[in-house]
Amino acid sequence: MDIFDTFLNAEVMRRTFPLLLRGLWITLQLGAASIVAGLVLGLGLAMARLYAPAPVRFLTRVYIDVFRSIPLLVLLIIVYYALPFVGVRLSPFASAMTALTLVSGAYTAEIFRAGIEAIPKGQFEASAALGLSGRQTMADVILPQAVRIVIPPLTNNSINVVKDTALASVVAMPDLLKQATQAQALAANPTPLIVAAAIYVAFLWPLVALVSRMERRFAARRR
Amino acid sequence: MAGFVSIRNLRKSYGQFEALKGIDLDVAKGEVVCIIGPSGSGKSTLIRCINRLEPFDPGSEIRVDGTLVTSGRALAKVRAEVGMVFQSFNLFPHLTVRQNVMLAPRRVRGTSRADAAAQADRLLARVGIGNQADKYPEHLSGGQQQRVAIARALAMEPQVMLFDEPTSALDPEMVGEVLDVMRDLARTGVTMIVVTHEMGFAAQVADRVIFMDAGQIVEQGPPAQVLSAPQEPRTRDFLGAVLNH
Repeated sequence: MDIFDTFLNAEVMRRTFPLLLRGLWITLQLGAASIVAGLVLGLGLAMARLYAPAPVRFLTRVYIDVFRSIPLLVLLIIVYYALPFVGVRLSPFASAMTALTLVSGAYTAEIFRAGIEAIPKGQFEASAALGLSGRQTMADVILPQAVRIVIPPLTNNSINVVKDTALASVVAMPDLLKQATQAQALAANPTPLIVAAAIYVAFLWPLVALVSRMERRFAARRR
Repeated sequence: MAGFVSIRNLRKSYGQFEALKGIDLDVAKGEVVCIIGPSGSGKSTLIRCINRLEPFDPGSEIRVDGTLVTSGRALAKVRAEVGMVFQSFNLFPHLTVRQNVMLAPRRVRGTSRADAAAQADRLLARVGIGNQADKYPEHLSGGQQQRVAIARALAMEPQVMLFDEPTSALDPEMVGEVLDVMRDLARTGVTMIVVTHEMGFAAQVADRVIFMDAGQIVEQGPPAQVLSAPQEPRTRDFLGAVLNH
């Protein structure tokens, strides 16, 4: 039995490919939803972390540190298996999205904060001197500049979120990895796993390359 | 009578250090006041207190056109009436020159886009940048950027303009073009308070020159008196050092 028949079996590939595509679709949905929700949560947390009254600021910092420390898999299992004990029963998709968003939000908050803090004080002063409110200053002056700075780390974080969606397979989410392991069991052949890995790489490699390019360009612009 | 800008017992301390030690100052409508003095004398801190970019100690009182400068809603009103030009320009780098000038009228005054654009083009022409409106600030020279900053402040049609060492960050050959714009502005009757090291400008344009040292006003009066025949030894020392370097 040669290695191609084992790992890249054409017949198994043909039979299981539709299954994998269905899994990919769910993975992409979960990834996109969690990225967007994480960005919104992260921006809110960053604002609270920087500008809220002291007690809220403190709580925000605790949140950010806790959710950057907790392993995602542990959080996911708590959300899916522990919350039902207090009456909160979430679907696999909702559980996975909740866990991914809570963690991604914490990382995103720190990225936004770094971006905002990188904006020179003079930009805040010029805005204040013109009579812009705090909200207008953020929306029209600070964030447009800060977001530009943090696009590479935000993209990096998004790549991580998409990769971490694979963890959702442990809560019976029929994502790409789950479909692949099921197909493998069905066909008694590991080919679907190899194909699934190739699909992950095919989707994420371009993003990884894009981040490298952006980082090089930003570094060059700074001279 | 209290001035258009009236400052009473203005104190500002950083911990133990007193940056401003009880300043009293009245500036009349249309008056051009130049503040000179050694670095660390508190002159920048003083004008940054007028629109409260720098919070000041309790017991101090600043009024602009009668409105008390505190925090909150009244402060927004004061800031809309008081234009400021900074040493380091502080233009918004992600906006074009025209957009820089349009932003505050659009957001704070609710001016329509068309009106704000027309006003921006008018102001940019006035400061001699009319043909650069679509460029981004980084493509302009320092002198041009500072003139845009002046246009941006003027777009709010302020009653008072504050200048915080507007030419100190400029290459020498660009100082003149910015001072020319300020000189024209002074003729239009805008109240101006200018922190500067440009003694020639102060001599020609100022109605009054104020010499500050160590957080206090040491001497003030018409430029001919303060700059040519100073009464105080500290003023004499400072002018001697500046003019004979």
